[in-house]
Amino acid sequence: MLPPMGLTAAEWEIVELSLRVSLLAIVLTLPFAFALAWVLARTRFPGKVLLDAVVHLPLVLPPVVTGWVLLLLFGANGPAGRLLADLFGIELMFRWTGAALAAAVMSLPLMVRAIRLSLEAVDRKLEGAARTLGAGPWRTFFEITLPLCYPGVVAAMVLGFARSIGEFGATITFVSNIPGETRTLPLAIYTALQLPGGEATVTRLALISVALSLGSLVLSEWLARRGARGKGAHVL
Amino acid sequence: MSFEIDVLLRRGARRISGDFKAPAGITALFGPSGVGKTSVLEAVAGLLRPERGRIAVDGVVLYDSERGIDLPPEHRACGYVFQDNRLFPHLSVEANLNYGRRLAPAERRWISPDEVIEFLDIRHLLSRTPRTLSGGEAQRVAIGRALLGGPRFLLLDEPLASVDEARREEIMTVIERIRDELRLPILYVSHDREEVERLADQIIPMHAR
Repeated sequence: MLPPMGLTAAEWEIVELSLRVSLLAIVLTLPFAFALAWVLARTRFPGKVLLDAVVHLPLVLPPVVTGWVLLLLFGANGPAGRLLADLFGIELMFRWTGAALAAAVMSLPLMVRAIRLSLEAVDRKLEGAARTLGAGPWRTFFEITLPLCYPGVVAAMVLGFARSIGEFGATITFVSNIPGETRTLPLAIYTALQLPGGEATVTRLALISVALSLGSLVLSEWLARRGARGKGAHVL
Repeated sequence: MSFEIDVLLRRGARRISGDFKAPAGITALFGPSGVGKTSVLEAVAGLLRPERGRIAVDGVVLYDSERGIDLPPEHRACGYVFQDNRLFPHLSVEANLNYGRRLAPAERRWISPDEVIEFLDIRHLLSRTPRTLSGGEAQRVAIGRALLGGPRFLLLDEPLASVDEARREEIMTVIERIRDELRLPILYVSHDREEVERLADQIIPMHAR
C-alpha cells in the first residue's frame, strides 16, 4: 500500500507523458501562433476576418469535433497523415505525438490571442525610432518588438501549457486512450473514475494537475516580471 | 542647400504640402499645431511615405517619386529627436545612447560617447532606465542618442515641449552648440515664436490648407 500522496510507477509515467505531450505541443505551436498573431495584429488583407475565425475555431467547436477533423486530416488515410508518413515516416494516430498535435491545435487560439494583444500593445513609434537609428526591419523586430512583447509570449506559453495539460476531448477522439502512449492526466483520471476503487488514484492525479497548473502560473508571472525589468508587466 | 524639400503628404484625410529650400544652420518649421510640421519631419526621416515629391539633404536624394527613389529610414543617416523622446523603455540610458552608434559605419562616427556625455552632462544618468528620467533628462538623452548614431543631419521635433521652464534654457544652449560647434544641418519644428526667433537661421511658416 502507498501513502495517499505517493505515486505508483504507472502514475509517474502518466505525469511524465503529460509533461512531454504538453511541452512538445507549445514548442510546436509557438512559431505558428506568433506568425498568426503578427499577421492578425499588423497586416490588412481581404479575408482577414475569415482567418481570424478559423484560428479561433478550436476554441468554440466541441473538442470531439476538432479531434474528428484531426482524424480525417492526419489519420492513416487522411491527406496530411499520408504526406507525413510518406515524406518523413511520421505517424501520429494512436501515438503520443498525435496527442501533442491535438493539444497544440486546441492551444493555438489561446496563444494567438495572448501574443496578438501584446503585439498590439507595443508602441510602434519605438520601432520607427530604431529604424532612424540604423536598424533594419529584422533587427528592429528582434531588439525592440520582441523584448517589448515578451510578457505576452510568456503568457501565451503558460496558457498553452495549461490548456495542453487539461486537453481531453480532441485527444481521446484522435489518438484514443492507450496506457503509456496517449493516456495523459485527464484521460487517466477519467479511466480511474470508471474503475471500482480508483478514488485514491483520482485524488492523487487531480492534485498533481492542480500543482502543475499552479506551478506554471507562478513560474510565468516570475518570468514576466523578470523579463519586463520593472515595467510592471503581469501575466495574470 | 542643406534641405531641398518639395512633397505632398497625406495623413488620414488631411493633405499637407511642404515646399522649401534651406541653407546651412537651423531651419525652423513654424506654425500652429495640426498643420503637419511633424509629418514633414517624418517624411524626411523615411517614416511617412509622401504621395509624391522630392526630398534631398546636402545634395543626397532621399526620396524622389519621379525617379523611384525611396531610401529606407535606416539608410538615411538622420538623427531624429522626437517630441515624446521615444527612448527604448527596456534598455538602460547607456544602451539607448549606444543603440545607433553600434549600427553606424566607422566613418560616420564623428563623435564619441564620452564627448556626447560631457556635452550633454548626462554621465550620472547612464545606469538609469528611461522611465526614471525627468522630461529634460530624457530629452538630453534622446539628443545624445541621435548624435551618437552619426547623423548627417538632425530633425528636432518640439525638443522643448516636455521640458520644464527651468530646463528650457539648458536644452536651448545645447541646440545652439550643436548648430555652432557641430555644424549639422537642422530641421526644427516648433509652435513657439520666441524659441524659433532665437534659434533659427531661417523660418518656414506653415499654414493650414
